[in-house]
Amino acid sequence: MPYDKPHAVSPGLWALAWRRLRADKVAMVSLTIVAAFLLLMVLSGTGLIAKNWSKEVGVNYAPPSFVGADAETAGNAAGPTASSAGSPESEAPTELPVVDPLADALAAIRGETQKSEASGVPGADSASVDPLADVMADIRAKGSKAEAVEARAATLPFGGDKWGRDVLKKVIKGSETSIFVGLAAAVVATFLGTLFGAIAGYYGRWLDDIFNWFYSVFTAIPYLLLILAVAAVLQQKGMFTIILILGLTGWTGCFRLIRGEYLKHKGREYVQAADAIGASNARRMFVHIFPNISHVVLVQLSILVVAFIKSEVILSFLGFGVPVDVVSWGSMLNEAQNELILGKWWQLAAAGTAMALLVTAFSLFTDALRDALDPKLK
Amino acid sequence: MTAYIIRRLWQMIPTLLGVILLVFILFNWVGGDPAYVLAGKISSAEQIENIRRQLGVDQPYYVQLWIFIKQVLTADFGASWSTNEAVSHIMATRLGPSLTVLVPLLIISTLVAIGLALGVAYVRGSLTDRAVMIVCTVGLSISILVYIIVFQYFFAYKLGWFPVQGWGDSFWQNLVVYASLPILIGLVVSIAPDLRLFRTFVLDEINQDYVRTARAKGLSENRIMWVHVLRNASIPIITHVMAQLPGLLIGAFLIERFFSIPGIGREVILAVERSDFPVIKAITVYVAVATMIFTLLADLMYKAVDPRVQLK
Repeated sequence: MPYDKPHAVSPGLWALAWRRLRADKVAMVSLTIVAAFLLLMVLSGTGLIAKNWSKEVGVNYAPPSFVGADAETAGNAAGPTASSAGSPESEAPTELPVVDPLADALAAIRGETQKSEASGVPGADSASVDPLADVMADIRAKGSKAEAVEARAATLPFGGDKWGRDVLKKVIKGSETSIFVGLAAAVVATFLGTLFGAIAGYYGRWLDDIFNWFYSVFTAIPYLLLILAVAAVLQQKGMFTIILILGLTGWTGCFRLIRGEYLKHKGREYVQAADAIGASNARRMFVHIFPNISHVVLVQLSILVVAFIKSEVILSFLGFGVPVDVVSWGSMLNEAQNELILGKWWQLAAAGTAMALLVTAFSLFTDALRDALDPKLK
Repeated sequence: MTAYIIRRLWQMIPTLLGVILLVFILFNWVGGDPAYVLAGKISSAEQIENIRRQLGVDQPYYVQLWIFIKQVLTADFGASWSTNEAVSHIMATRLGPSLTVLVPLLIISTLVAIGLALGVAYVRGSLTDRAVMIVCTVGLSISILVYIIVFQYFFAYKLGWFPVQGWGDSFWQNLVVYASLPILIGLVVSIAPDLRLFRTFVLDEINQDYVRTARAKGLSENRIMWVHVLRNASIPIITHVMAQLPGLLIGAFLIERFFSIPGIGREVILAVERSDFPVIKAITVYVAVATMIFTLLADLMYKAVDPRVQLK
């Protein structure tokens, strides 16, 4: 009997696709990278990392230095030399941390205090006797603070920006913004495209005509021009606005595909069977047909995320995207544009590389996902 | 054929009306009262009332819509809000620079991409093919902004091979001196996606029976690839290139902005920055019209290169 083993169920579409995906090395590597970026986004979004990205932790335009420990020990003695050694490209040593002109005096003062302490007088007594104790303590505190800044500045692996903010933290924060905007806008656009496509394809006739008219209107205007026109109108800037702009303008490609799928599926036997057992139109559309086309939706979503991340970067670069107090890859590239003339390449490299890495991984993963879900295409 | 063209032109009317309606809703309704945008932050109620009357926005919406439709039909959008230059004049003078950069770019990038696609498709699956595809994928992932910033800095600022930015009066000077670096950047950005796409088009043809027949009758590989395969693969390629043509009208926004090329794309960005609504409205509507016409031309071209296609 073929039904001897009730557990030998044939694997479903998703299990099969996952198995194919697992066998694809490129897919798994890119999936890992994408997952790492998503994790970064969640961690940074919940404030676990890169929370104080806007804090000025280093000197202005601190060059990147990977030798954290070395630079830290050298930082006290010869901070500038260590940091300029860390970046052979830097052309303007005058802009690097200059040795505190009072350092010698400070050292002398500090030496004296240590001497006086070493000479056997108890610290508490000296404080009560010495009329300069308060000033001394102040100077000492300042001195240690200055050292701390130099030490921290020397361990910025990605360097610092114009205000001495840690570029690494900015990249993480920028990734959060750009990926979140891309994901959210893609969800909005895919939702609209799927809903419109389902209605147009399933009901046909005048509803189909109306949505096709919408489609032809939206595709008649080139995509970037449409986005810019909407951006011109919506004066208030914000993450929500840009998600809305991208989502409301980007649904057309998804609509066309989903509409075609619904046209194809609505006449199939299983839909007729659903009709026969009395399923409503909505139930047939979303409970019966939708699971059968959900892989198309998933691939569309994946394609749109990449497209929207790119669009967000361009919009934010032009200043039509996220507000100024939010950092995104686009706004980082905007700052980096002027920095490059001064020879400060690290912010450009950091933002550009982070984006290229994510987009490469995401596109490779999308291709693999499509192949895995629809092996006929390959 | 004539009946087909007439029907297609007839079908454009509802789409054009839709575009007009969309732009109207965006700029006269969603965008709030244009008078406030035009008058700026500091303005008296009297000024605003004046501007409202001038723009006709004190009228009911259907009258405003009619004013807008009349503007589209007569191609008279009035003057720019920020420079007072006639919008029609802006459109006419900005088109030239855009085309100077984009026409050579489109021609060179299409030809190079076709050549490379035939090459890598011929050695499909080999190390060369895979390496080229990887380079394309990575190259596609780098933001166009990074290419522009780095190329402009390196080739123009550091090495001084090209002017950093600018635009002259003579066509040849513009094309040779000012447009060459923008075209180079455009090539780097546009060849990768084209190559990937054209390669799949060629791969679809390369295993067809007619290729085997051609080989069996002793034709040279060059002739098979460049004549037999290319002729068939050119059908989707032409469609793709035609679909890109409307993009010529808005230009490459970013390239024009970085290199201060006075083209339509830069004008759009400036207009958005200044909330210069008449300019954006005019450019959006006319580019939409051009897109529809180019789509029709693409379909006709499709028929011309592939006689099997039935126009319905």
